[in-house]
Amino acid sequence: MVFLGGQVLPGNVGRAILGPFADQRAVDALNHSLGVDRPLLVQYGSWIWNFLHGDMGTSYVFRAPVAPFVVDALGNSMKLALVAFVLVVPIGILGGVIAALNFNRPLDRIISLGGLSVTVLPEFVTGIILILIFGVWLRWLPIAAAWPKGAGFFTQLYYLILPSLPLFLVLFGYIARMARSGMIEALDSDYTRTAVLKGLPWRTVIWRHVLRNALLPTITVIATQTGYLIGGLVVIETLFRYQGIGSLIFTAARGKDFPMLEAGILTIGIVYAVATLIADFLYSVLNPRIRLGAEQ
Amino acid sequence: MSATDTPASLPAPHTAQRSPWGEVLHSLSRSGTFLTGLFILLFWVVCALFGQHFVPYDPLASDIINALTPPAADHWFGTDQLGRDVFSRVIVGSRDILTVAPLATILATIAGTALGLVIGYFRGIVDDIVSRVLEAFMAIPVVIIALLAIVALGTSKITVIVVIGLSFAPIIARTVRSAVLAERELDYVAAAKLRHEGALHTMFVEILPNVIPPILVETTVRLGYAIFAVATLSFMGFGIQPPSPDWGLSISSNYGMIGGGFWWTVLFDALAIASLVIGVNLVADGVHGAFND
Repeated sequence: MVFLGGQVLPGNVGRAILGPFADQRAVDALNHSLGVDRPLLVQYGSWIWNFLHGDMGTSYVFRAPVAPFVVDALGNSMKLALVAFVLVVPIGILGGVIAALNFNRPLDRIISLGGLSVTVLPEFVTGIILILIFGVWLRWLPIAAAWPKGAGFFTQLYYLILPSLPLFLVLFGYIARMARSGMIEALDSDYTRTAVLKGLPWRTVIWRHVLRNALLPTITVIATQTGYLIGGLVVIETLFRYQGIGSLIFTAARGKDFPMLEAGILTIGIVYAVATLIADFLYSVLNPRIRLGAEQ
Repeated sequence: MSATDTPASLPAPHTAQRSPWGEVLHSLSRSGTFLTGLFILLFWVVCALFGQHFVPYDPLASDIINALTPPAADHWFGTDQLGRDVFSRVIVGSRDILTVAPLATILATIAGTALGLVIGYFRGIVDDIVSRVLEAFMAIPVVIIALLAIVALGTSKITVIVVIGLSFAPIIARTVRSAVLAERELDYVAAAKLRHEGALHTMFVEILPNVIPPILVETTVRLGYAIFAVATLSFMGFGIQPPSPDWGLSISSNYGMIGGGFWWTVLFDALAIASLVIGVNLVADGVHGAFND
């Protein structure tokens, strides 16, 4: 499907590389050497075959194999996404839990409304405002995510905090909201009442009975947000000039570099599928009712 | 039964003391969320419609000698790198996004409603196939779909409208489908079938008026996301094109300089987008509340 998308896009590849003033014969020759003048099915077959063997094709623009670019970019994006996730998952859940425990009190209102308002804002808008505050006015954090070569773990982390914050803000609202509604439902349930009535300390009730059940829907939401996160990465990586998979796709799309574009999008598709699979697995581990292959 | 032959053009299945729509309007007029959002939205609509008549400068006129001056009395929000007045640009910049986003939302609503009515009404194999295809579409982030489509079709306002409209249509179709699934079991649909009304008549004349509330709620929510998407695409260079003073576009052409401390060239545009998106979401929240009380 991705491949077809790339083919449907009009725009003569040879023309795009050589520019509008190149000789038509040169364009034809280049098209032939790149193999883009072969029949569609032949191209598709060899593309899939090569992709499965780790050969993602040759970039039209860089005239070099695509695979190293994609692998590097994916690694960078994973770092960024990981920083965002490590920050947002505990804080988001904590926010939702605090909101639920203060149901309908001012603290709940602040967390819910605040979370919802930052969730609906485009990432580049929160990104710009955060850059202005922390990068330009306070000068606490670097405004571009480009660390010096060979930088250590903590230096990289330092450069990644600002780019991960807009992603954090968008995800925080979703995760906190799910955790909050899960908590409220769990707090309201019969098993919580039983646990309280049989004299368990409040802390134990929350930890052992409420939280476990409340977090189930939250995990599903976190997984479905992976798709969103990828869209967000395209914007954030462009804004912070970060060499990740999002900016790779963006650059490839602008330069009509189809092998790069196709490899990038297919990689994202695979990441998405894996994330969904992991979420299903986690869900079954946490939920005894659907524990896969559990002994009776 | 001759009285029932007239199509049920009133969306009200029953009449209370106040009609259901009157009830909704009444509860909207008392909702602080809705009114705040409406106020913000109307402010920007007025700016979009009449902005160019009352702004102090021509938003496109450059004045290189006074480029990048910080906010002051004669330029409230300062000037950008071409010396254009940022205040005037922010006010007039509301116009393109407030044309493109609503049109995309309307397209999504029309396409999504028609699709949702058909798959909800016929169910069975049509529903199975179409629903799977829609799910596949919803799994791809809108930014990626838009990126591909706009590279293929070229950048123009029409492309942006069509791309956003069609990528939001499946979401509306899903909402309409589930509403139709509940409606089609009701007696008035059975009555229409007994009168040998055609499928099209039953769908669009009988069922449609009764599923308007969820469609309206979903449409207002989608408008918020459409503004989000249009702003993002313009920022990426795939949306509204220069020389429009559009907010996303202004940010993308100015943010490269904020390292030099020229914060006023991007801050006000960012705040404008933020206020519009939050305003629309408050309206959506209010509408949702009014229909679900």
